[in-house]
Amino acid sequence: MSAALVRAEGITKEFSSVPVLHDVTVEIRRGEILGIIGENGAGKSTFLKILAGIHPPTAGRLFLDGREIAIRTPLDAKRAGIVLIPQELNLVADLNVAENVFLGNELRRRGGLLDRRAMVARTAELLASLEVQVDPEEKIAALSVAQKQMVEIAKALAFDARLLVMDEPTTVLTRREIGLLFARMRALQARGVTLIYISHKLREVKEICDRVMVLRDGRLICLEEVAALEIDEMVRRMVGRELSQVFPPRRPGEAAVALRVEGLTVPGVIEDVSFELRRGEILGLAGLGGSGRTEVAEAIIGVRRTTRGRIEVEGRPVAIRGPHDAVRAGISYLSEDRQGSGILVSQELVKNVSLVSLARYLRAFLVERRRERTQAQHYVQLFSIRTPGLDERLEFLSGGNQQKVSLAKSIDTEPRILIADEPTRGIDVAAKRDIYRLLHELAARGVACLFISSELEELIGMCSRVLVMREGRVAGQVEGAAVTEEEIMSFAAGVKGEA
Amino acid sequence: MAIALPAARPSLRTRLRALNFAPLVALLVLFVISAVASPYFLQPQNLLNILRQVSYSGIIALGMTFVIIAGGIDLSVGSMMALVGALAIALLDRAVDHGWAGGEPAAIGLAWVAALALGALLGLANGLAVTKGRIAPFIVTLGTMAVFRSLTLYLGDAGEFRSSSGAYGDMGMSYLVGLPTPVWIWIALAALLSTLLNDTAYGRHVCAVGSNEKVAQYSAIAVDRVRTWTYVIAGQMVGVSAVLLSSRLNSLSSTNFGKDFELDAIAAVIIGGTPMSGGRGSIWGTVVGAIILGIINNMLNMMGVSPYLQGTVKGLVIIAAVFIQRKLVFGGAPRAAGGRARPTR
Repeated sequence: MSAALVRAEGITKEFSSVPVLHDVTVEIRRGEILGIIGENGAGKSTFLKILAGIHPPTAGRLFLDGREIAIRTPLDAKRAGIVLIPQELNLVADLNVAENVFLGNELRRRGGLLDRRAMVARTAELLASLEVQVDPEEKIAALSVAQKQMVEIAKALAFDARLLVMDEPTTVLTRREIGLLFARMRALQARGVTLIYISHKLREVKEICDRVMVLRDGRLICLEEVAALEIDEMVRRMVGRELSQVFPPRRPGEAAVALRVEGLTVPGVIEDVSFELRRGEILGLAGLGGSGRTEVAEAIIGVRRTTRGRIEVEGRPVAIRGPHDAVRAGISYLSEDRQGSGILVSQELVKNVSLVSLARYLRAFLVERRRERTQAQHYVQLFSIRTPGLDERLEFLSGGNQQKVSLAKSIDTEPRILIADEPTRGIDVAAKRDIYRLLHELAARGVACLFISSELEELIGMCSRVLVMREGRVAGQVEGAAVTEEEIMSFAAGVKGEA
Repeated sequence: MAIALPAARPSLRTRLRALNFAPLVALLVLFVISAVASPYFLQPQNLLNILRQVSYSGIIALGMTFVIIAGGIDLSVGSMMALVGALAIALLDRAVDHGWAGGEPAAIGLAWVAALALGALLGLANGLAVTKGRIAPFIVTLGTMAVFRSLTLYLGDAGEFRSSSGAYGDMGMSYLVGLPTPVWIWIALAALLSTLLNDTAYGRHVCAVGSNEKVAQYSAIAVDRVRTWTYVIAGQMVGVSAVLLSSRLNSLSSTNFGKDFELDAIAAVIIGGTPMSGGRGSIWGTVVGAIILGIINNMLNMMGVSPYLQGTVKGLVIIAAVFIQRKLVFGGAPRAAGGRARPTR
């Protein structure tokens, strides 16, 4: 037997005659953890989907254990032992863990009825082998994201997966959960399972992977031992050029307070949250997943009902009962959930940009299209949005470009206060840098910015002051030279500060 | 890749654009076929008849377009039309009998106002039940469909409402510069509602709500109000149509009036290219859709097909229209590859 579990030869994929993968030839070694990195649109997900049978390749051949195989459907892939764990987890919320693990693969008793007892027992075994404490009869809806991910893995193992393909599994996990996931990935590796790991987080790639494969514009740039590749070098190969300074210089805020929040409380979610945000300041808001960061933003813009709390904008108290009041008060929210509550993917770019600010373009009830388009064009240039035109529906743009449209939409109301919630989630390095620059420019123009993020690196790079949340409360605040990962984490994890 | 699309050409973008013109192309093809198949088809009187015939459900379809774009459906329009028409005629009759001050013209004016107001009110009831009551539009309007029809039957004792006003009947039969009056009203309303849909903040908001309710909410749009108003618009269109059709007949059968109009209206919207999933749509597309249905009916009549079979054809055309839309967009590829998770309400 050769060392290669899977050999992909000359894999090419075109969508509507647009090439997205070009002649990729790689060998995946038995029992390794292979990282795949690249910018958005580099072809990572497409490569995975070809392995997992979701898309058949336009050209090229796949070999498993040295024998050529045809993978045309996800079922073909599963039979070959290749299982994809997608970014958007694929579990049925209303079914329980065991039912999900055996979905489409149910164990039956003689006579065709479901053998529930056997399925529950087998699921319990699988979960135990992963060292996960989840009741096999618990409904999926009641599990945390990290637990759901483990259920996905158990489901893959129930299929006797030999190659486990994970697409950005850590985006929604907290640091602690990531540690646990990595431990389990290593345990699987020790059992002889081969893993493919896709991530934008290069440090994690460096930490967990044996080898890393870099894709750029659909081409294989290199496939090397991780030990031989420093993070800077990974970035350089992904982008294909030197990235100058990622973060613009940090800037302190002005003296005037733009937003004062006092004692904001949403029962059971956030408790007595108070802070001040100054004009021209980029104030960081850190905390682990579930610590209530997004909920603070949602309470401020009136999407969540507060039982207590006072909000002042530029010294004047404001009553905010919904997003409409927030916009009127000069507060804009850039949602963390881009497609869920940020932009309308099925609508045109220009209509998204003016969605909130439409009143500005009205003249006697009618929308002045020319003015609206001029403004949209302005953002396209300012943000270097890559689009064929203003009438492009957003579903055809890449994630990074969608995010830029979402930001354009948020600032077209000319807010005095911008709450940017995970503004760089799931977008590539170049787009991230653009977003940082834009936030910085807004701040320079006096806009007060509350910057919510899970990535400590960018909080440290962008903010001279960071609030840290834990269990719905502000656990502490770090400022100036104290803005370091260690300080932020010690508040977030409860080592420091009262909660 | 942000989205996965099946390999096929031309590009999805081009195909979507083609979709906008598909109804018009279908209309032209159908027109040519009909003209060749029957010499009678092209006679002006026949064409005017088709237009008049479809204008009544066509007007309702305009309102239905708004409801569907916002992600809803209104099954009650046919029954609502009967109830509104019945009350308009009853009111008209009463006014004429009692020798109302302004005479017949004023009485007819009263019937118009009453029909529009009642249509708006019943639409509002539908809209509030959907938004404030948080009940699925299908269920709400299925319920009110039964309620409105039953009330009409009760009030009319399952018989006819007859108007004793000759002028009312004349209005229904009238022509304006060569076209039947209802056709003019239909075109005028289509122009008005097309502007409302495409060029006003309200129209944008309707599309936003139908496209993704949560995004609309976060974008400071009053989702419930926008959605409720689509039902009010639909109700008003029902009011207009009820007056026009009842005046044409100068009477109204409580069992048959407006029957199957929900089917015709929804069919026109869908054949006109507005997707059932909402978020986008075209008023003029709906007008084209209604005319397509009208021509099909006309041809079936001329070919001597039993009227009982016309429903079969209509039903199949609706299903085919949706199938063709899907084919055009997804090129017949399996949904697993081409389908995106659509936000559901």
